[in-house]
Amino acid sequence: MVIAEWLDVGPVDQLPVMGARTLPVQGGEEIAIFHTANGEVYALVNQCPHKQGPLSQGIVHDTSVTCPLHNWRISLITGKALGEDEGCVPVIPVKIEAGRILIARREALQSV
Amino acid sequence: MSDKPHLIVIGNGMAGCRAVEEILARDAGRYRITIFGAEPRVNYNRIMLSPLLAGEKSFAEIVINDEAWYSDNGITLVAGDPVDSINRIAQTVTARSGRTEHYDRLILATGSDPFIIPVAGKDLPGVVTFRDLDDVDKMLEAASAGGDAVVIGGGLLGLEAAHGLSLRGMKVTVIHLMPTLMERQLDEAAGWLLKTELEKRGQTILTQADTAEIYGVNRVEGVRLKDGRDIPASIVVMAVGIRPSTGLARAAGLEVERGILVDDHMLTSDPAVLAVGECVQHDGNVYGLVAPLWEMCRALADCLTDSPTGYRGSVTSTKLKVSGIDVFSAGDFSGGDGCEDIVLRDATRGIYKRVIVKEDRVIGAVLYGDTADGNWYFDLLKKQEDIASIREALIFGQAFASGGALADPRAAVAALSADAEICGCNGVSKGQVMACISGGAGTLDAVRSGCKASASCGSCTGLVENLLALSLGDDYAGERAVKPMCACTSFTHEEVRAAIRDKGLKEIPQVMQAQSWSTPDGCASCRPALNYYLLCAWPGEHVEDPQSRFVNERMHANIQKDGTYSVVPRMWGGVTTPNELRAIADAADKYGARMVKVTGGQRLDLFGIKKEDLPAIWADLNAAGMVSGHAYGKALRTVKTCVGSEWCRFGTQDSTGLGIQLEQMTWGSWMPHKFKIAVSGCPRNCAEATIKDFGVICVDSGYELHIGGNGGIHLRGTDLLCKVATEQEALDYCAAFIQLYREEARYLDRTAPWVERVGLDYVKQRIVMDEVGREALRSRFLHAQSFLQHDPWAERAAGAEAHLHQHIAEIRPFAVVGGY
Repeated sequence: MVIAEWLDVGPVDQLPVMGARTLPVQGGEEIAIFHTANGEVYALVNQCPHKQGPLSQGIVHDTSVTCPLHNWRISLITGKALGEDEGCVPVIPVKIEAGRILIARREALQSV
Repeated sequence: MSDKPHLIVIGNGMAGCRAVEEILARDAGRYRITIFGAEPRVNYNRIMLSPLLAGEKSFAEIVINDEAWYSDNGITLVAGDPVDSINRIAQTVTARSGRTEHYDRLILATGSDPFIIPVAGKDLPGVVTFRDLDDVDKMLEAASAGGDAVVIGGGLLGLEAAHGLSLRGMKVTVIHLMPTLMERQLDEAAGWLLKTELEKRGQTILTQADTAEIYGVNRVEGVRLKDGRDIPASIVVMAVGIRPSTGLARAAGLEVERGILVDDHMLTSDPAVLAVGECVQHDGNVYGLVAPLWEMCRALADCLTDSPTGYRGSVTSTKLKVSGIDVFSAGDFSGGDGCEDIVLRDATRGIYKRVIVKEDRVIGAVLYGDTADGNWYFDLLKKQEDIASIREALIFGQAFASGGALADPRAAVAALSADAEICGCNGVSKGQVMACISGGAGTLDAVRSGCKASASCGSCTGLVENLLALSLGDDYAGERAVKPMCACTSFTHEEVRAAIRDKGLKEIPQVMQAQSWSTPDGCASCRPALNYYLLCAWPGEHVEDPQSRFVNERMHANIQKDGTYSVVPRMWGGVTTPNELRAIADAADKYGARMVKVTGGQRLDLFGIKKEDLPAIWADLNAAGMVSGHAYGKALRTVKTCVGSEWCRFGTQDSTGLGIQLEQMTWGSWMPHKFKIAVSGCPRNCAEATIKDFGVICVDSGYELHIGGNGGIHLRGTDLLCKVATEQEALDYCAAFIQLYREEARYLDRTAPWVERVGLDYVKQRIVMDEVGREALRSRFLHAQSFLQHDPWAERAAGAEAHLHQHIAEIRPFAVVGGY
């Protein structure tokens, strides 16, 4: 059996620009996939390092997202809290190819 | 036949011929050369197709190599006969005509193919791509008949096609899937400027527009979008992108990923075969631009003449070839950790410059309106020069930043002559600013009111501050006393709102441009504020930006700490019925509400609802006649009432009835912050009206109107605004007061701090004393309400914004499920 390195999780036009959508992982941590104003796509575990708020529901600006629960600002690139706050959420490699969102299988299933 | 090794080139385009030129320049006699081309013509400059379409060039002018070049160099050109297959074992290529040639070395320069979106009607006559001369001819033929054209794709190619067709007299509509034009090359701000300029030139630009189908009988007649819009067209240009043309290489068994894999010497997985140009993938990158091609061809020619050097990848820059519009972008402008944005905006001159710096190196640049320094920034970027010493002056361009003495911005300002212009918006010279400062203006605000410098777009604020520091030295206090809206701007809430009104700004990127935002797309603090200010200023025209809404307002429910939501249906005046209660109980059971709680505002709150279930629970509540309670919004929350004269032995008026009327008038209105109302039927005040934003206390002779109260961290009792005699007056004053608050309070100010700041006398003057003003406020409120009073739950239950409630897919071990 050949196991693909990248998983196709759908077309990129299903992601709202400057927004996010969720990708549950059976038996693992839900992933949030973000779409920035530039059309870049990033993926983080959908949990703020502060109080596990759903980052997918935050406001996306530049390459960061502001958590809806307590306004922590998290870098979409590194998963690290920005500004005064300290904490980090796992980043899952993701890329777009031919209009499809591809997510790295190994990292996506890390929590399973 | 000569005994020289035979070099065959597949592709008579820019890459193939450039490669040959490079080889000839190194060792003209080394190979016998044959070039196969699919197009029946000599080699021309493909990037000049845009000016050709626009009528700015003729075909003769864009030919790179004419027939004499081929014959003078002994090159056999097989044009109009594309190669169909490669046999790598026999080392032969076979063309469509059956012609077969043996090769010693083979170069693949097959370029790229236009990407065709797979929609119905894509094969209709009249649907063309924009890739070669035949495409241009088809477009010119369509243009000669005039009429409507649709260009699908708002990237570089699409916009150039649109520009050309527009110049040829067609009415052009550009359909772009993304919210920003050229989003790969431009950030949101520059994309918005570009869109505005193209619209000014008569093109219709539809962003976030998804093509559903191309329709027509026998020939294209128009394009239908997924949102149902219908755009007639006699020609449709598909310019959504290009893909490396790899079919031939793949069939020949060469290693191919996105492009044909090549090493630093442009060698494919077969050492007899090389590849160059847009068809290749080098070090993970494929390039769709012309510049990398020159570097690749050099490496290829070095390799084929036994003096290998190697290609190291390219940094690319982009310029849009639309006459009169200057757009430049290079490098990485996606921002990120450790990246700093330096932004300069000059709204009057239509200039936007953004340079992205990381660890004292330029990593990207986006220029709009003034691209003179594009090459300089690109040079700094390619050479990875340390810009620490010129950082402060970098954004002003090369002339300003070079020359060591001028690198200090203060020194640069000092070096300006007295008649140099400081403020372009108001035409203020350095001499005038200096005179204003020596006349006593010691702060930025004083300069702004004294001589208007930096009072408009604000992009020269830094220059003015430097002049202040220069003239006053240590006496200059530095920053401003009034706090700006957020770290993205130096303007206050009031200044931004005034600009929205006075300059007629209608969209968030437009405000950011006009007010010189220092970030590309704002932050979580200013975006919701701007969205509110715009909807308040332009009630009939405002288009909601859901991504600038806090989650609760985007989801129309209250997020809880575990990520579930709570749902509060509206109960007018706190009155409900057995049927409503049954429906609420059923919904609580059906959707597993883990708690049902009576709120402080006399409503029922259902906790623990999943985001996926929200549209369904709303549909159920709608079916029982209930609508959104807006318990989640910076909006009218609830009108709390007591039972009043209808039941209570102390009641003086029908407080419940008045409460219901107030709620029916005010529901759905967005405000700077949450807004609560209560109506008590007598001074015993059971509805707690004196800690509400607007409270009514009924007395025998009428209604006392109270304002500016709240519970919360800082408890504040209301102030008595006035007493009125009738229910209608109570309603009218309430509407006027809300509108005054909506128009003048800062976003996220409750009425309490706002009333304290402006003073009760001011509010009394506007609402009580000024009868005409009150009536105007009231009618503006009701006008706004005519656009706002629709139930967001019903829209979502009917399927609007479904993506907000669904996962994009689900990963189960070894499978991906879904894809909505």
